[in-house]
Amino acid sequence: MIRVVLPAHLRTLAHVDGELKLDVEGQATQRSVLDALEACYPMLRGTIRDQLTQERRPFVRFFACEEDLSHELPDAPLPDAVATGIEPFLVVGAMAGG
Amino acid sequence: MSGVRVLVGTRKGAFVLTSDGRRKQWDVTGPHFGGWEIYHLKASPADPNRLYASQSSSWFGQVIQRSSDGGKTWEAVGNKFAYDGDIGTHLWYDGTPRPWEFARAWHLEPSLTDPDTVYAGIQDAALFRSIDGGQTWQELPGLRKHESASLWQPGAGGMCLHTILLDPSHPGRIFIAISAAGVFRSDDDGQTWRPMNRGLRSEQIPDPTAEVGHCVHRIAMHRSRPSVLFMQKHWDVMRSDDAGESWREVSGNLPTDFGFPIDVHAHEPETIYVVPIKSDSEHYLPEGKLRVYRSRTGGNEWEALTKGLPQSHCYVNVLRDAMAVDSLDPCGVYFGTTGGQVYASADAGDSWAPVVRDLPSVVSVEVQTLP
Repeated sequence: MIRVVLPAHLRTLAHVDGELKLDVEGQATQRSVLDALEACYPMLRGTIRDQLTQERRPFVRFFACEEDLSHELPDAPLPDAVATGIEPFLVVGAMAGG
Repeated sequence: MSGVRVLVGTRKGAFVLTSDGRRKQWDVTGPHFGGWEIYHLKASPADPNRLYASQSSSWFGQVIQRSSDGGKTWEAVGNKFAYDGDIGTHLWYDGTPRPWEFARAWHLEPSLTDPDTVYAGIQDAALFRSIDGGQTWQELPGLRKHESASLWQPGAGGMCLHTILLDPSHPGRIFIAISAAGVFRSDDDGQTWRPMNRGLRSEQIPDPTAEVGHCVHRIAMHRSRPSVLFMQKHWDVMRSDDAGESWREVSGNLPTDFGFPIDVHAHEPETIYVVPIKSDSEHYLPEGKLRVYRSRTGGNEWEALTKGLPQSHCYVNVLRDAMAVDSLDPCGVYFGTTGGQVYASADAGDSWAPVVRDLPSVVSVEVQTLP
């Protein structure tokens, strides 16, 4: 079971409160977690990663265990603490403004 | 008693303004989709409860929302806009080729007859259609396959297909406008297209009378007379009496002929409205006065409509999709400003009153006349 925290706008879009719990088949990676997330919440398709290229949207970040995982490869294993549900996988809207 | 429902898209959400036929007292709901840019909302002419909204964000991309109960509830539908076939290139600002890339849906135009069919005008400029209520989208690729497409260049706001007019008298006839390519017309339901820019003159491009490359800001028609078109170009207000085959200038006595919106009175096909803006380098009202200009002669002779509108220290803009008319009698006229005001006139523009004053910057205004 993987815990996922979405930014407020995407929680609203997906009609969810708080963090999500997802069953992910196989190894926990960014790709497998996002595949499971989009399968459960199809309205999130295209909002975190591009629909066509599957690349992370530029202003979206992935954090976990106080690390920025945004630039890790999509198929790289997530930290054990995320894979075992101890720590959440955070989808974050990048800071912007001035 | 009949009433109206005004659909307002802003930089930070959608708002719905409703009133009875007197259009004096208003109920305001929103923000819907708070914090998201709502470029456009529009209702199906075939089913007043069917609404579509284009919701987008720099962070989270494009979402298309659909309502089947007049805006009480919404559901996110399909947002996959995949260009058909070879992507190809257009010209970038620096003159280099650049592959087409989806940015957002600027305008949603529901079919005149089928609530599940809706057209989307997108950036980078292309026309998409859904026939399943927005669940899936298919490009009508004939437009981008036009021989001029590789030479299209974006205007300052991006290379957007922002206007879609469906001809109610000629099934299969569609007009679209692109900044900065110009007007195109299809007579075969979007399969093939011809540029419709003869008579336009734009000093901002190397060949001022080129077949394509004009920064058309909006076009409008009256349902009863769809071969007559009116255009607000970057500069110049234009008119066509032959379904876009040729255009002539009707700016007449306007204080400036730069602007964005243009619309037609619901019952008087020769009565049109524009909001002149000082210039393309300033993008605010001339003299700090918010004046809608009305022509009752199909152009050339214009009168300023000022009653109820601020006449000092007003420096807002009115964007291309931010004006609409209802079909009550007298005709109601509505527009929204970049300062967040939505003004309504229940007497065809003779007098105005703000419905709301402090919304986020208004991008689009549409109105439904309800039974």
